[in-house]
Amino acid sequence: MLTSQFLLLGAILFCIGVYGVIARKNAVLVLMSIELILNSVNINLLAFALRNGSADGHTFALYIIAVAAAEVGVGLALVLLVYRNRRSISLDELSEMRG
Amino acid sequence: MTSIALVAASEVLSPLDGGWFLDNAWLAPVVPTIGFFLIVLFGKKLPKKGSEIGVLSLAASLVLALGAAWQWIARVGSAGEEQFVSPVVHTWTWWQAGGVQFTIGQHIDGLSVIVLVVVAFISTLVQIYSLEYLRGDRRYTHFFAALTLFSAGMLAMVIAEDMILFLLGWEIMGLCSFMLIGHWWEDGANSRAALKAFFTVRTGDVGLLVGIAMLFFAANDWTTSNLGLSGFSIRGISAWALSGEPNSTVILLAAIALFIACIGKSGQFPLHTWLPDAMAGPTPVSSLLHSSTMVVAGVFLVARLYPVFFTGLDILGPSSNVIMIIAAITIVIAAALAFVQTDIKRVLAYSTVSQLGYMMLGLGAGAWLPAVFHIFTHAFFKACLFLCAGSISHSASHHSFDMKKDMGGLRRHMPITFASWVVSTLALCGVFPFSGFFSKDEIIDNVGANGYSLFMVIGLGGAFLTAAYMTRATYLTFFGAPRGAAAGEHDAHATHDAHDSHDAHGAHATHATHATHDGHDAHAGPHESGPLITVPIAILAVLAIGAGLFNATPFGESWEYLKRWVEPRAVVVVEPRAGGPGESLVFSATAVTATPIASAPSAEEGHSKSPCGSEAPSEGVCFAPQVNHAKFKWSKALLSLAIVFAGIAASWLLSVAFYGRRDPRLVGLTQRNGVARVGYRLLANKYYLDDLYERGVVANVAGPISRAAYWFNQNVLDGILHMVARVARSVATVVYRDIDQRLVDGAVNASADATKAAGTTVQPIQSGCVGQYGALLFATAAVAALVFVILNT
Amino acid sequence: MFAAELLVAQNIGFAVIALLMIVGALRVVTTSNVVHAALWLVVVLSGAAAQYVLLAAEFVAVTQVLVYIGAVMVLFLFGTMLTRARIGTERDLNNPYWRLGIPVAGLLFAAMAIATVSSFGDEQLPADARVVSVAEISDQIFGPYLLPFWALSFVLLAAIIGAIVLARKD
Repeated sequence: MLTSQFLLLGAILFCIGVYGVIARKNAVLVLMSIELILNSVNINLLAFALRNGSADGHTFALYIIAVAAAEVGVGLALVLLVYRNRRSISLDELSEMRG
Repeated sequence: MTSIALVAASEVLSPLDGGWFLDNAWLAPVVPTIGFFLIVLFGKKLPKKGSEIGVLSLAASLVLALGAAWQWIARVGSAGEEQFVSPVVHTWTWWQAGGVQFTIGQHIDGLSVIVLVVVAFISTLVQIYSLEYLRGDRRYTHFFAALTLFSAGMLAMVIAEDMILFLLGWEIMGLCSFMLIGHWWEDGANSRAALKAFFTVRTGDVGLLVGIAMLFFAANDWTTSNLGLSGFSIRGISAWALSGEPNSTVILLAAIALFIACIGKSGQFPLHTWLPDAMAGPTPVSSLLHSSTMVVAGVFLVARLYPVFFTGLDILGPSSNVIMIIAAITIVIAAALAFVQTDIKRVLAYSTVSQLGYMMLGLGAGAWLPAVFHIFTHAFFKACLFLCAGSISHSASHHSFDMKKDMGGLRRHMPITFASWVVSTLALCGVFPFSGFFSKDEIIDNVGANGYSLFMVIGLGGAFLTAAYMTRATYLTFFGAPRGAAAGEHDAHATHDAHDSHDAHGAHATHATHATHDGHDAHAGPHESGPLITVPIAILAVLAIGAGLFNATPFGESWEYLKRWVEPRAVVVVEPRAGGPGESLVFSATAVTATPIASAPSAEEGHSKSPCGSEAPSEGVCFAPQVNHAKFKWSKALLSLAIVFAGIAASWLLSVAFYGRRDPRLVGLTQRNGVARVGYRLLANKYYLDDLYERGVVANVAGPISRAAYWFNQNVLDGILHMVARVARSVATVVYRDIDQRLVDGAVNASADATKAAGTTVQPIQSGCVGQYGALLFATAAVAALVFVILNT
Repeated sequence: MFAAELLVAQNIGFAVIALLMIVGALRVVTTSNVVHAALWLVVVLSGAAAQYVLLAAEFVAVTQVLVYIGAVMVLFLFGTMLTRARIGTERDLNNPYWRLGIPVAGLLFAAMAIATVSSFGDEQLPADARVVSVAEISDQIFGPYLLPFWALSFVLLAAIIGAIVLARKD
């Protein structure tokens, strides 16, 4: 197996995730795209861990999974709150930040 | 040079004394920290509402500090004449992550000990004073908690072995000062002052973080391999800075970054504006934070990491450096501002700013010891002045600090306060034989002796101004006819302004103890305060007279105690390589041999760089740069004394004429004379610096950006085509105007339109749509990544 | 001989799973049904778990299945159900400027692909890699990386409290 095949797979997933973040309007779908990005990073970390023969990458992959879980929890709570207040979760309506 | 090394090799060095207090000096900050938690958790249930814990914990710290000082003196005494008195260091591993280890620990040397004693001493007295001053306050317990934690932060910073603990103590102080300044936050002015202090200091704190990070990354390799210390260690950084290793640009930038932090914390120009506003806090807070501890932190940082500044800014070099320039500006502008204040605490605040300028000037000019000495003496007399101001407002002027409205003629009613005030004022002015004379004169003297004549003149001018404004304040407060509250008018205090926050919160009216509380009994007219207030004042006044004797250069070498005890000896220390990185290096006297550097024969006068300052020590390391000491001459001292007396006399005559007799030639001069009016306006508006910060920076930078962004938004809706058309049109307009109106106002319009057109191109950034922000973010990252990839392949 | 065959098998496995993951990921970001997107995400995450096994990271793979497919997906499905009454196809899931994503993602992929290929080219992963044991990972977590672990614990605690505070009705 080549190192680059895993890295390229990670890159592809990352870019698909980025596309999703940009293109999607629905907040839940944006969160899913973020999960894609995080998983692609994990693939990279584990590929390098195998390549270098160390366990550091495993540790960080586990940490990323934990952070992702926290992120989804808070993210979905935010989405719920937004939905409750505005009866909609489409992100382009949330443009109060406009300068 | 070569012969000296031979001497050292054969010399047998005596072992240094240690002691329990030196080994356990780290308890000094720990005890108040525990006290803080106890007050917060149990304070309200205790009979004295937690204040007893505060006083006791700081008294314990004071005992520890005095014990440490005693044993340090013994340690210095046990060392040989030219031996390096190694600091007492203990380190513990704090935390580690991924192979990087962070230690925490104590570093006790002369500088730590002297500041430790001063801080613990003033803190204890201020706590005792607060028992009375804040009696009946609604947040009495919280006040003592914050005051105790504040002292703990300062003590931790003083004993810090490494920059991490230093930063921790520094930030704790910042936080506590915010809580204490805004103690009476119900009044909007107070909470604004607290926020202003916090944010202004934070602006400078960025410099501290940047400086620490720069020093760590620059010094870590060297310190790890040569000393077995991390790049955060103060000893490591000091030795590295003097080793000749550092890249001059890196260390210059690090020194400037650290100095920015000092500018913020120590109220130097141009970030001094927070300090006078911070007088909104209770007077004990002003006394502790803004005269002797917190604002001294910046000066302490420079003194502590002196080798970094010494090398980085080329102190004692041929040209003046940034520290001296900032300090000189600060001395003069702050002293001038003190003349137009009517609030007695603000006079003292500006005086503090000006005196901090002296300390910085001394450090910048290579007068390390005089500057530290001035920290020492200034702490006593300035704390005393603030406490006197508090005593006046507490017992005589009905919580007003306005010298013109509510004071005057108080010397008869408050003999102890008056005597202490006069003594401290004379000390501040630098009148022989009060303490300020010795320290301030030494700074000015050394600045001149190191070849910076211009700065010496500025220092002397500052001394004149200091004498004058303090005389004015003394006259207004204690002489002349009583006015307002001092004359027993009670109605006036209904129209009090922002500072009499006591009444604003109903602390008196609502509190049951008020009736039995004679100190607050305003209806008896002005009178002396109770013993809890006057005793701390009297103790400080005694020290304001006597503290100067600790380094009384006029009386000869044998009186220069601080020079022996505090000043680190600039000698090359040869020591065995310590163990692996992270292992703490405890200096043991037997393992350390010292190579004395022959003090240059010209070191007494003039300007010579010693080996430890200008070139790398050949074997071993050097922890302190060699600085010169000016030789005391009575002729120079008499000159500065004459200037001080001239200031006092001139100010006295003017004050009597202006405030006492209302001399028609002087009254209303600012209305009649153009020059005087402009000067007064400038001072009354604090050189318009606040205006510059608020109106200038906030309005002119933030406003146009948001307006431009808004303008852009209007265009986004119309889509890219419209935008392109608009750009084309504005370009066309530029062309049109260039041709048509070139002679009239072409240049102006062209630049304006160019700005507009440039704005148009960045307009879509502020759309408010998260997705677009994401797209921009990732696109930028992608472009940057591509650039890196292309550069690397 | 056996190792070579195993490698062939591994490569085939990789290709199949990778293809499945890419298709799944594309469906996640293109489908017009939120529940379908969630289910496609399950495919991608399971594929990722399989890839972790190929990379000799069994513990991480198991954790991935437990945490992601077990917990996170349930959260997503609940989130979907709680925020919209109707489960089914809908048109309005994309931003009006969704096309912006294509060049950005393409640019990003170009950058990463160039960097990857130029740095690693056809470098082989070690074929005889040992499996990293759970004990080894725990030594890492509770040894040199203890501090991040603590920080992470606080993050999780904050997330739990934050989620409750945000989502409760009052």
